[in-house]
Amino acid sequence: MSDRLSSLRETIEKILPDVDGVIALRTGPGGIVAPYLFSKEHPGELAELALWPKEPVPDTLKIILRAHPDAKLAIVCRGCEERGIVEMFKHAQFSLENVTLIGLQCDQQEVESCQCFKPFTVHAKLTVGQPVEGVRDPLMAKVMAMSQPEKLAFWKEEFSHCIKCYGCRNICPQCFCNICALEDEKWVETGRLPMPNPSMYHMVRAMHMTAKCVGCHECEETCPADIPMAVQFRLIARDVKEMFNYEPGAVMDQKPPQLLVLEEGEYENTGLPH
Amino acid sequence: MIEYKNVLTTCPYCGTGCALHLQVLDEKLVGVLPAKNHVVSEGGLCIKGWNAHAFVNHADRLTKPLVRRNGKLEEATWDEALTLVAQKLGEVKTQSGPDSVAILTSAKCTNEENYLLQKFARAVIGTNNIDHCARL
Repeated sequence: MSDRLSSLRETIEKILPDVDGVIALRTGPGGIVAPYLFSKEHPGELAELALWPKEPVPDTLKIILRAHPDAKLAIVCRGCEERGIVEMFKHAQFSLENVTLIGLQCDQQEVESCQCFKPFTVHAKLTVGQPVEGVRDPLMAKVMAMSQPEKLAFWKEEFSHCIKCYGCRNICPQCFCNICALEDEKWVETGRLPMPNPSMYHMVRAMHMTAKCVGCHECEETCPADIPMAVQFRLIARDVKEMFNYEPGAVMDQKPPQLLVLEEGEYENTGLPH
Repeated sequence: MIEYKNVLTTCPYCGTGCALHLQVLDEKLVGVLPAKNHVVSEGGLCIKGWNAHAFVNHADRLTKPLVRRNGKLEEATWDEALTLVAQKLGEVKTQSGPDSVAILTSAKCTNEENYLLQKFARAVIGTNNIDHCARL
């Protein structure tokens, strides 16, 4: 852990004079970690650089770039965060022209903690740490082995714990619509807890995460009801991979299926049902 | 120079004590982020905590005390407002007795503020009519 921290600090120190700031994690009062913009004006603050727990830093990048579109920034990102940044770029949330990615490879312990399938960066030119293999969340196999009624019962039970905090939507770096269907009474009734089951809130989110979820697990981590949402999104991601050969965040110049426009006659060649 | 930081604070909405970060960009409050490694909230928040930044700069927020004069709320100084409150409470106590006053305090206050309010109720007003919104 400390080795990676020192290497990361050195990498940031090298790039710091050439950028307007570097987004990374900083330890604050009481050892609580949060995203921070380190700058050349205050290099001493790098003494408080932190690695863990990870934070939704792609959103931090968006917040800063929205206010300063021409800023020259660097960002320390893990595999999932890099995928998140790439997807946000593809969906025109910001330009990456002036952004340097510093890839931070997760260690074994972190991989186990997130049950991450791909805990390393693939685009960042600068990297810190040695990449390790991803793992598969055992809950995925468990859900896959269930019958249809068992699956329905499983998810209904999980979603019945929801307190509708909207935390999963708020923290998701891929939830960036200006108008959110989850705030539309047509879909999600207000003033009712527990919400109707099966829950439209979670169905809408599942559909909207299709070909977008990068598996960062931030939704699960912030969920006060411990709903294993990431498993649901990983299963949808498996289908998206099969049907569209698309993996969010993996290939920079591959268009996401939602943004594809098929020419006449092309649909028949996709092999999808009519 | 661009400045982005997170300021750790405690959610003001109830007595649970969830921690949250106020996201500050160029000295402006732009959002809330939960505090992952905090012992109380462990990175979670309820819908109120997630929106705890919304009232800070809200147009409807009172920034000055208001006193109703001739049926209309008008801006006043703190001295004026507090003197009026003290005078009216004193009147009620003298005319109808201390038990005609009840004090309802709040989970949004700190422990110390709640202690002061019960002290005020018992020692200054002279009543045990002190309760708390968390009982609602």
